[in-house]
Amino acid sequence: MNFVALKMLVADRAKYFSLIFAIAFASFLLANQVSIFIGIMTRPASQIRDVVDADIWVMDPQTLYSDEVYALRDYDLYRVRSVPGVEWAVPLYKGTGRAKGPDGRFRTVILMGVDDATLVGAPRKMLVGSIYDLDQPDAAIIDKAGFLYFFPGEPLQAGKTLQMNERRVLIVGISDASAPFQSFPVLHTRYSQALGFVGRERNLLSFVLAKPAAGVSVGKACERIEAVTGLRARSTAEFSLDAFLFYLRNTGIPVNFGITVMIALIVGTVIPGQTFYIFTAENLKQFGALKAIGVTNRRIVGMILLQALVVGGTGYALGMGISAAFFARTLNYLPTRGIIFPWQVMASIGVVVLLVVGLASLISIRRVLVLEPAVVFRG
Amino acid sequence: MATDGIAVFSRDVTKVFGRGDTQVHALRGIDVNIRLGELTMLVGPSGSGKTTLLSVITGLLDATSGDLVVLDRRPGELSQEELILFRRENLGFVFQQFNLIPALTAAENVAVPLLAGGVKRRQAVARGEEFLASLGMAHRAHALPSELSGGEQQRVALARALVHEPKLIVCDEPTSALDGRTGHAVMELLSSTAVRPDRAVIIVTHDARIFDFADQIAHMDDGRITSLEQNRKNGAEVDGFAAALAALPVGEPDARSYPTTGD
Repeated sequence: MNFVALKMLVADRAKYFSLIFAIAFASFLLANQVSIFIGIMTRPASQIRDVVDADIWVMDPQTLYSDEVYALRDYDLYRVRSVPGVEWAVPLYKGTGRAKGPDGRFRTVILMGVDDATLVGAPRKMLVGSIYDLDQPDAAIIDKAGFLYFFPGEPLQAGKTLQMNERRVLIVGISDASAPFQSFPVLHTRYSQALGFVGRERNLLSFVLAKPAAGVSVGKACERIEAVTGLRARSTAEFSLDAFLFYLRNTGIPVNFGITVMIALIVGTVIPGQTFYIFTAENLKQFGALKAIGVTNRRIVGMILLQALVVGGTGYALGMGISAAFFARTLNYLPTRGIIFPWQVMASIGVVVLLVVGLASLISIRRVLVLEPAVVFRG
Repeated sequence: MATDGIAVFSRDVTKVFGRGDTQVHALRGIDVNIRLGELTMLVGPSGSGKTTLLSVITGLLDATSGDLVVLDRRPGELSQEELILFRRENLGFVFQQFNLIPALTAAENVAVPLLAGGVKRRQAVARGEEFLASLGMAHRAHALPSELSGGEQQRVALARALVHEPKLIVCDEPTSALDGRTGHAVMELLSSTAVRPDRAVIIVTHDARIFDFADQIAHMDDGRITSLEQNRKNGAEVDGFAAALAALPVGEPDARSYPTTGD
């Protein structure tokens, strides 16, 4: 009977396509909004995730997230190094400063001061130059978006200069650093150099980056650091989550996106539900005839579910296709860099669509189940 | 094989809809025998209970009381699943508005009872095409119902009712949506193809033009069978219910009890 169900479904093209369009539209809207939401909400942790060498971030005990930092004292670095189970620990400066271009345009920049000796914390994805070029005087590496802001239309190249705190900043490389939440340019320099770029700050030590010794878990090392130093120690994942949760709780972003997601869910449920119900209602006589002829309720439920699955699957595939095209198109667009279409979102929306078409078909199924087959004898 | 050639045995069958003050007595003690090999018509004014009786006989509605045996089975004693299976295997339906599935071709519509019985699509549709060909409809096998005339649609509906070789065919106003000539043609086809010694045909109709095709006519009014005419078309008319009872199988000790001899 499956082919009967499918033929019944596609016979009314207008309803068939409106069902598919509604589900495709809702899927696209959900995929789009959820992916952008995730992309934006993971941006506060961009500079944390970009540090791939260290597993542990040590900070002031009252630190809420990575963008608001209270500097540690210099000797805290040695205290962390002395904790049993810590393989190594290096300093990291993270702060903001103002950089000015040769044509006078200026921006607030995120300045990362990485350990002079090891360069732990330096960007790993370089588009121009090498992190070892940071050895040069006044050297800094700028991210691509920052470079194009200060030098619009110019090819990516080293050797350009900026000014920070009346000091020359020599661009020795261009990185593919992850986009920060505020979309500021990201500059990496040596820890000892950072002080010159940001002006006088009594303490420069924003974080201590550490690595647990072999055989010591990250969690255990964090516990030991906290016990010995009284500082806060977080794994990279935990610290990223802190940043995510801070923005989740303290901004209107989730509300904004939440409203759109709700609209998508309502549109995606009500329109297909209503259309599917009308579709079933119009075929009620046929279903009644099938019941009279001897088609079981289970078979009829199967037919309706098959119809629901086909429109749901087709609409979902179309919605995902449009979403994929959208994100493929914006992949290399600098302002939206890093905002991608995670497979987890695609899978989750698949589950949501399944629930939506299930709900929509339930109403129709109920209508058919309570249908007295004797209705076929009423003219 | 139904006992003693009786397809439908009904004694004092009633059907009541609703409760209390809103009760409607649709059937008030129906006594009738419908024999295999015969075409029986249920006739009467609107609201007389014809369609309700048809629904009760086919198990689409439960009788409220009485003894009803259809093809040796009591529908009231069957579970829903058994009833569906019983209908699927033994009954063929022809509806007033044809109730063909608009999205399916004529051959596919004919194949529906076979598909419901688990026959594979290709085989079922091929059988549907063959059956339509036997009714002179081969050239319309791939047409959609919307492309068929009323008479052609009813012939497809008839083919659908017959394709799985049922023992009882029930037709609800099969000619009411057709003009006189087409209705007559459909009835000729129905009486020539549907009526067989091992099969009974019941037709609910208002259409007096087709009464000549009946072997038995049950006149209904207010939920009762008011008269029963036998073999009118053969010139052996027998009026009245008492006469109908007298026509029950010879040797039956109690004509008001269903014969219980085996198959």
